[in-house]
Amino acid sequence: MQEKKNIKFLSGNEACGEGAIVAGCRFFGGYPISPSSEIAEFMSKRLPLVGGTFIQMEDEIASIGAILGASLAGVKSMTATSGPGLSLMQENIGFGAMAEIPTVIVDVMRGGPSTGNPTGPSQSDVMAIRWGTHGDYPAVALCPESVNEVFLLTIEAFNIAEFLRTPVVLAMDEITAHMREKVELLKESDVKIVNRKKPEKMPYLPYEYGEDLIPPLPGYGEGFRFHVTGLNHDKTGFPTNKSELMEEGNRRIMEKLDKNKDKVIKHEEFMTEDCDILVVAYGSSARAAKRAVRTAREKGIKAGLFRPITLYPLSEKALQKAAGKAKKVIVPEMNLGQYILIVERVIGHGFPIIGINQVDGEPISPSKILSKIEE
Amino acid sequence: MAVNYFNYLRKEKMPHIWCAGCGHGMIVKSIIRAIDKLGWKNDEIALVSGIGCSSRTPGYLDFHTLHTTHGRALAFATGIKLAKPNLKVIVVGGDGDMMAIGGNHFIHACRRNIDMKLIVYNNNIYGMTGGQASPTTLTDAKATTAPYGFLEEPFDVCNMAIASGATFVGRALDLDVPLMDRVILESFKHKGFSVVDAWSQCPTYFGRFNKWGSASEMMERYKQIIYNIRQKDQLSEEEKKGKYPVGILHQIERNEFCERYQKLRDTLKGKEEAE
Repeated sequence: MQEKKNIKFLSGNEACGEGAIVAGCRFFGGYPISPSSEIAEFMSKRLPLVGGTFIQMEDEIASIGAILGASLAGVKSMTATSGPGLSLMQENIGFGAMAEIPTVIVDVMRGGPSTGNPTGPSQSDVMAIRWGTHGDYPAVALCPESVNEVFLLTIEAFNIAEFLRTPVVLAMDEITAHMREKVELLKESDVKIVNRKKPEKMPYLPYEYGEDLIPPLPGYGEGFRFHVTGLNHDKTGFPTNKSELMEEGNRRIMEKLDKNKDKVIKHEEFMTEDCDILVVAYGSSARAAKRAVRTAREKGIKAGLFRPITLYPLSEKALQKAAGKAKKVIVPEMNLGQYILIVERVIGHGFPIIGINQVDGEPISPSKILSKIEE
Repeated sequence: MAVNYFNYLRKEKMPHIWCAGCGHGMIVKSIIRAIDKLGWKNDEIALVSGIGCSSRTPGYLDFHTLHTTHGRALAFATGIKLAKPNLKVIVVGGDGDMMAIGGNHFIHACRRNIDMKLIVYNNNIYGMTGGQASPTTLTDAKATTAPYGFLEEPFDVCNMAIASGATFVGRALDLDVPLMDRVILESFKHKGFSVVDAWSQCPTYFGRFNKWGSASEMMERYKQIIYNIRQKDQLSEEEKKGKYPVGILHQIERNEFCERYQKLRDTLKGKEEAE
């Protein structure tokens, strides 16, 4: 007998919590901030029921510190925040990248800069997610367009973090966070769950890596004593200021993402095979874009949509291919032109790349995108 | 039996970077003696630090060690302890780490009463960055960012800890090793969040700028501004004025967070299905 599907009507923030629990998250440290707070509320209720731990920290700096600590102790961890909190977390996101600690940071984007617009949708953190911490680091960010996808991508965010041994950002916006939609809740046994690679034998060097460039990571207290620092370090984990070792370490954390990016990258294409006009959109803006593309097709205009699901890394080859025959590329974003910079870099400047930019706290409408398509 | 320090030290990391006359090594030895006395195993200890001279400690000790970002040791340690409550979590940091950049984490750690052991290596100065004034620099003392003397009032680490709700608070100086041993050992035995304000002298910067002389001369100076808490009732208010008590200053029993949380989990058992 086929088991009945577990369909629920949830907000994106609730779906994110459900996804985290399925992924194996058993520690949440966070600080209230709109429009992400329902994730913390969900986790505070659910985690003690499944043997996990929730703690409300004193600020976002403490929150990211706590989740990195919990992960080093071997427990999958997560925090959720919004722009101002993301700004506060930046230093320790870099620590997580440098020390190679898997964790998930949910950023429910709101308008910025500063306090901005706490209750309206925005995509204002797209560059902060990529370049926010100082130094070069392997940014990974996923961007869902629907509540069901929030559930699935939260699980995926944990899987990537565990696989690559690095912090991963789930970039939602106020619409995907607060909108209620149908979600099919899958059980742990129905989805792929990735757990970090652990060392098999002593002596163990915490930053010794194999072909995939990803070193194994045991939890504190599991018999492998090791040192972790945010300083440049060698394979032993202890600080080094030897030029060649600093160069190697800094390059490797970038190369491990590059080398494994095909296992990470996700994107969606909609009617791109023959498109004259390509729309590149992500998150809730992509839903408006999809509607606009469909209407354009009904009117006989060959429009298509490319939706990066992993904002970082982006499937550059696929984007180049999708833009191959296009005469015009349109990038709608709820910011003043952030991801368009990446699109321009990837597909070049040979033809018009036009931004649709809106920072009024309202979503971009399909008709606005359609009129740009028709222009 | 004599303590074999090398059971706890990463021999290959010696010699340490601390200057001649610095008291930090004395504090580390007291920590080791307390661990040895309690029979804690290296593999069950997580030692977490921030950034600064004190925060080189984790590199030298053969435990699970974490050298975090400046001021954030308690935040990371909170995650470790809550994720694995069986680990003994020791946190070390300097006066800058704990009283300035990490001040918010400090007061909230005191309030939460998670079973972690904090030792503040307090030398009234930022040593690693070259002798700048810190929140515990004494008023009128000189530092590279207080060339005309420090115009502010210093924090009293212990008063701050007590006011914030720490359940064990003590102070000891490296010049009195038996007292340092006793205060650190008792703090480790305590169930709950403990704070030890461990004074150490910095002859390289503080001593030099303030013409306080060598390490031993500095210790003589510090002796003038302390009194043992056991003499609290014998000394007049006048005699105690402007002086810092040393010893175990505060110890109370209060619910420990990890235990409370486990109790919550136990109470909720079986409730998920019912929901």
